[in-house]
Amino acid sequence: MVFSAKPPRLRASAVKGLTFMTTLKVKIWRGTESGQFQTYDVPRLESQTVLDVVTYVQRRLDPSLAYRFACRVGVCGSCAMTVNGVSRWTCRTHVDKVAAGDTLEIAPLRNLPVIRDLATDMTEFFDKWAKARGRFTGAHTRKDDFATVKPESKERKRVDAGIECIGCGVCYSACEVVTWKPDYLGPAALNRAWTLANDVRDVAQQERLAAVAGDAGCHACHTHLNCTERCPKGISPTAGIAGLKRLVLKAAMKGEL
Amino acid sequence: MNSGASSVRTQVLLWGAQRVSAALLALCVVVHLITIIYAVRNGLSAAEILGRTRGSFAWGAFYALFVAAVAVHAPIGMRNIFAEMGLRGRGVDMLLVVLAVLLALWGLRAVWAVVG
Ligand code: SF4
Ligand code: SF4
Ligand code: FES
Repeated sequence: MVFSAKPPRLRASAVKGLTFMTTLKVKIWRGTESGQFQTYDVPRLESQTVLDVVTYVQRRLDPSLAYRFACRVGVCGSCAMTVNGVSRWTCRTHVDKVAAGDTLEIAPLRNLPVIRDLATDMTEFFDKWAKARGRFTGAHTRKDDFATVKPESKERKRVDAGIECIGCGVCYSACEVVTWKPDYLGPAALNRAWTLANDVRDVAQQERLAAVAGDAGCHACHTHLNCTERCPKGISPTAGIAGLKRLVLKAAMKGEL
Repeated sequence: MNSGASSVRTQVLLWGAQRVSAALLALCVVVHLITIIYAVRNGLSAAEILGRTRGSFAWGAFYALFVAAVAVHAPIGMRNIFAEMGLRGRGVDMLLVVLAVLLALWGLRAVWAVVG
């Protein structure tokens, strides 16, 4: 990576007719489960994202800082962190929107083991997608014609509402039930199950409902909407979970569970 | 998801029972409050109240239903709270069944005292 020798363009803040450049005081978590915050000075720039700040620290101040990102444009879901106490995707979060004055506190996502610094171990998070039967199971072969799913059908609209999940883990980190009940499948896995529960081509519906039902599944959700408030893609896992509860109750009454 | 002591189906039915009993409780509490306000506003004495409730099938049935809703709702709620505190399993479930029976007995005893 080549860096220009020129100093970056600095943000000019106007206060009482004076202009000056500001410096961000950035506290970043260093360590694993145990560790401490370390403070760095980072020049504040226009349209700067939180990911820009972390990258500046790693490239200019402390190359040993561990963090994760890939696309930088809100597609891959790998850059989520806890910024000033709130779970966010950092590549699409502007410093201006979240900085308290000129300070930022950046920590790893909650509810996941910390590998090092800002990088969490997402294994459990994705294992829960598998546990919730988050995998499509079809019955068609390559000899069959394409299935037709009407865009205006009720099921397709429900799928549309939840399908854009990027697997960032923001909702999982924001959910307090995951904190209290570590085996709770969590909002993202259940949202995935909900999109499949509405996929008219899927043939594993009964198994899926059994997998998402009960004390560690959708029935653990308190409907307190943290996940929905935080999801950067505007998805409401809460609504999907409520839908799963309805489907499961129907199945249980019919003795299909 | 099976988390130890109870089957998924039982867990789902408990959740359903929690919902139904909550709806009943909402109704019962409103009726109960209106009854209290009515009795206080009209200055009814204990003897006058008992005069109306003794032998009344309607009051007996209503309060028996109220008690049943409490006996179902409270232990299931406690079960959820305990689970989030990390306490779960057959032992806890048994204890909560005992709690349900006790609540029902205490409540029904009180109902009997006013309608019996
Ligand atoms: S609504 Fe449910 S899944 Fe979402 S944060 Fe609350 S408890 Fe978690
Ligand atoms: S539901 Fe939203 S917050 Fe949760 S993983 Fe998907 S995109 Fe991220
Ligand atoms: S880096 Fe890909 S979503 Fe942020």
